[in-house]
Amino acid sequence: MAWTRDQMAARAAKELRDGFYVNLGIGIPTLVSNFIPSGMNVQLQSENGMLGMGPFPFEGEEDADLINAGKQTVTELQTTSYFSSADSFGMIRGGHIDLAILGAMEVTERGDLANWMIPGKMVKGMGGAMDLVAGVKRVVVVMEHTAKGQPKLLHKCTLPLTGTAVIDLVITDLAVFSIDTAGGTGMTLVELADGVTLDEIKDKTEASFKVAPDLKTKAA
Amino acid sequence: MNKIFPDARSALAGILKDGMTLMAGGFGLCGIPQILIAAIRDLKVKDLTVISNNAGVDGAGLGLLLETRQIRKMISSYVGENKLFERQYLSGELELEFNPQGTLAERIRAGGAGIPAFFTKTGVGTIIADGKELRDFDGATYVMERGLVADVAIVHAYKGDTEGNLVYRKTARNFNPMMATAGKVTVAEVEHVVAAGDIDPEAIHTPGIFVQRIVHAPNAAKPIEKRTTRPRIAA
Repeated sequence: MAWTRDQMAARAAKELRDGFYVNLGIGIPTLVSNFIPSGMNVQLQSENGMLGMGPFPFEGEEDADLINAGKQTVTELQTTSYFSSADSFGMIRGGHIDLAILGAMEVTERGDLANWMIPGKMVKGMGGAMDLVAGVKRVVVVMEHTAKGQPKLLHKCTLPLTGTAVIDLVITDLAVFSIDTAGGTGMTLVELADGVTLDEIKDKTEASFKVAPDLKTKAA
Repeated sequence: MNKIFPDARSALAGILKDGMTLMAGGFGLCGIPQILIAAIRDLKVKDLTVISNNAGVDGAGLGLLLETRQIRKMISSYVGENKLFERQYLSGELELEFNPQGTLAERIRAGGAGIPAFFTKTGVGTIIADGKELRDFDGATYVMERGLVADVAIVHAYKGDTEGNLVYRKTARNFNPMMATAGKVTVAEVEHVVAAGDIDPEAIHTPGIFVQRIVHAPNAAKPIEKRTTRPRIAA
């Protein structure tokens, strides 16, 4: 069985460590905040200028001056600080953020990422994605394994790049892959979702990958 | 010195001209200088190059200046919330320069601080680096980006005093402090006007030297783009 969005988020939450400063992208990555283990101290950074992001407000307590990078209303915590976008990206570019979790359209076996534009069709922009993948210590992608039946894990991106050799881990609805961006030894299949076979992964993946000797099957 | 102007129109008098470069603070619709944007629409200045992280939404923020086709070029990081923008861009009416958000913030900060260029890792190996100088430092490759300045910067602050000192509120700060430093003339709309000395000098975010004109905007609408809430748990 393929993992649900919540199961993918729960799997991504296993990458969190106590004391981490973390930036979560829009979509499934945002759900990761629901799976932070109790007792673990994780501060969420929002690149528009906030560290220590709280949950959505109660109805009637929304504050137009208090939003996250997805423009959603959020709340303050005891640990919150506010700062300018320049300071915020100083944190990101300067390597002070431990982990970023974001979505993707395409990822390659060497860790290249495309997630910001479809020429002639979709004009949205990269927002902070290029800065995050260039500056954050560890970058995790959470995405569907395929789009309209076509593989998203490729030899080479067909869409404009967000960054090259920047992705350390890819979590799809079918499997988890690690990518050795520092050593350049490529992509390794490390986990299968419960009930997913290696043949199914081979069938739905264009990128070259090795299979970890201790490949695990996990229900997430 | 009293920098307070009676209304948005008078605060913009004599500084707008066709073809000028304008910086507009805000992230999404949060912390945008709403009454100044509306006044620029009414003053009909055109062929603007606008530097702003986003392009507003249909009917709000910079969306107002897109409707009237006063903008010729946008320099932004994300314009995904604006259908009119997408239409004008894809039809070739509107020029667009995408900047990574952190690069945009730093270009503005650098411009205001008199730094003509800097090197960053962001965008190396992507189309953002096309045609730009690359240089290696300590074993990694960086791309050169230029500082940005504007003829006029318009910003939104929570509080401003007669000296031009500004305080922002929560995440409405965003791009406003850098833009205040990078305008040849900076006009701030503020929700509360106070006397010099009423803001704790330790708490001032933007020193008044960067702000030439202030207009009181006590009732500026503060739209919420994505109202998200959680249920109250019954006691």
